[in-house]
Amino acid sequence: MKPMARFIPLLALAALGGCATHNPQDPLEPYNRAMFTINDKVDKAVLKPVATGYKAVTPTPIRHGVTNFFGNFGDVWSMTNDFLQGNVHDGLSTFMRVGVNSVFGLFGTLDIATEMGIYKHPNDFGLTLARWGVGSGPYVVLPFYGPSTVRDAAGTGVFLAYGPTAQISPPSASYGALALNLVNTRANLLSASNLFDQIALDPYVFTRSAYEQRRKSQVEEVRDRPIIDLGEPNPLAKYSYDDANGGLMSFASPTPTAAASAVNSDAKTNAPSH
Amino acid sequence: MLRRHFMALSLSSAVMLAGVPVLAQAADTLSPPQLIETMSNEIIRDVQQDPKLRSGNPEVVMQFVEQKILPNVDFQKITQSAVGRYWREATPAQRTALEQQFKQLLVYTYAGAVKQIKDQKVKMLPYREPANAQDVTVRTRVINNGEPLQLDYRLENTQAGWKITDVNVMGIWLVDNYRSVFAQEIGQKGIDGLIATLKEKNQNLAQAKG
Repeated sequence: MKPMARFIPLLALAALGGCATHNPQDPLEPYNRAMFTINDKVDKAVLKPVATGYKAVTPTPIRHGVTNFFGNFGDVWSMTNDFLQGNVHDGLSTFMRVGVNSVFGLFGTLDIATEMGIYKHPNDFGLTLARWGVGSGPYVVLPFYGPSTVRDAAGTGVFLAYGPTAQISPPSASYGALALNLVNTRANLLSASNLFDQIALDPYVFTRSAYEQRRKSQVEEVRDRPIIDLGEPNPLAKYSYDDANGGLMSFASPTPTAAASAVNSDAKTNAPSH
Repeated sequence: MLRRHFMALSLSSAVMLAGVPVLAQAADTLSPPQLIETMSNEIIRDVQQDPKLRSGNPEVVMQFVEQKILPNVDFQKITQSAVGRYWREATPAQRTALEQQFKQLLVYTYAGAVKQIKDQKVKMLPYREPANAQDVTVRTRVINNGEPLQLDYRLENTQAGWKITDVNVMGIWLVDNYRSVFAQEIGQKGIDGLIATLKEKNQNLAQAKG
């Protein structure tokens, strides 16, 4: 919790300073807008050109491999938070996902679990705090990380201090991994961010509004769950039409529904309706 | 992370496009979920099969958007909801201008999104609306790089059949998001100010395409 503890007095101060503004939904707006502009400049001057170059010289399969490899690390963190939230069902599903991808997917560079119908469920420590009752606090734009709230910033701090990438040693390798992940992620989003630049009227407000809505819906979802969530019928397993044409698991069982049950322990409840 | 909002937005637009198209002639006979499912799959297939569309040729993409998407969206309703309480203060001329400019902006958004479609798959979630409902939500998930992304639609039954009135991408309703942006713009510059901003944006986009 150290990063959070360090953050709170700073933010409290910033919040006081921000009281002069008119928008009660965004008390830190002057600071936030400044940081938003700085992030944007850094992106345009450094990150975007580097990512463009990286994309130009790196073959697509390698970039996919890098994406999947870090995705696998991300899944470990999601799983940790699933369990911290009492979400046993998603935790076990993601455990399977990480296991399959690490063992059969060349240390996570191939995403075999998705082919099997074990999908990604991103989760983070900000949502874990939210699940146990912590409110979001004001909207904050973080240096480098962009849109956040006081609570989610604490979550990001915990991730940086204790997350899977922090376990890589020596520390220089850990920073290298973070940097490669950053560049690779940015490269994946090049065409998307170009589109975003074109359509947003006020990119700051657009981003803030989108972030707040997105987090709100995620928080509602984690708070709606029972304290220990052993699983609910997975609607994707029931309604997926392409399982019939065979994910990797379909050879194991005669019907698509049964194939899904191999990866979803709760699929029994679905079976009768098919 | 820094890129997450970019990702959300990009996917959102990619996905919005993937789902919105609807075949006009089928609209009368299909239920809302059938409509969304047929059309989502159709648009992904069209984009995958047509190299010109995939490469993002501006003319082809714009034509595609106008034929496949526009007939099935209730732009007046979307504009009205996005402008919110200011709609009552707007004159008929302002309303028309707002609708035209906002529609144009969304067309550019969809056109940009067409280029993002690759190998996404659309899966339908259970449909739980009563049979006589006139205002329904259809819930889908788009599988993108192994992650199921939320993509929900609101549809209303109009005289011209079911029309899409809002889209929810990863928890973000399109109309809600634009409402906060529009409110800020109108608060600072008035309704005419918002119209001018939209016009300017569209002109820049038109130049970028040409």
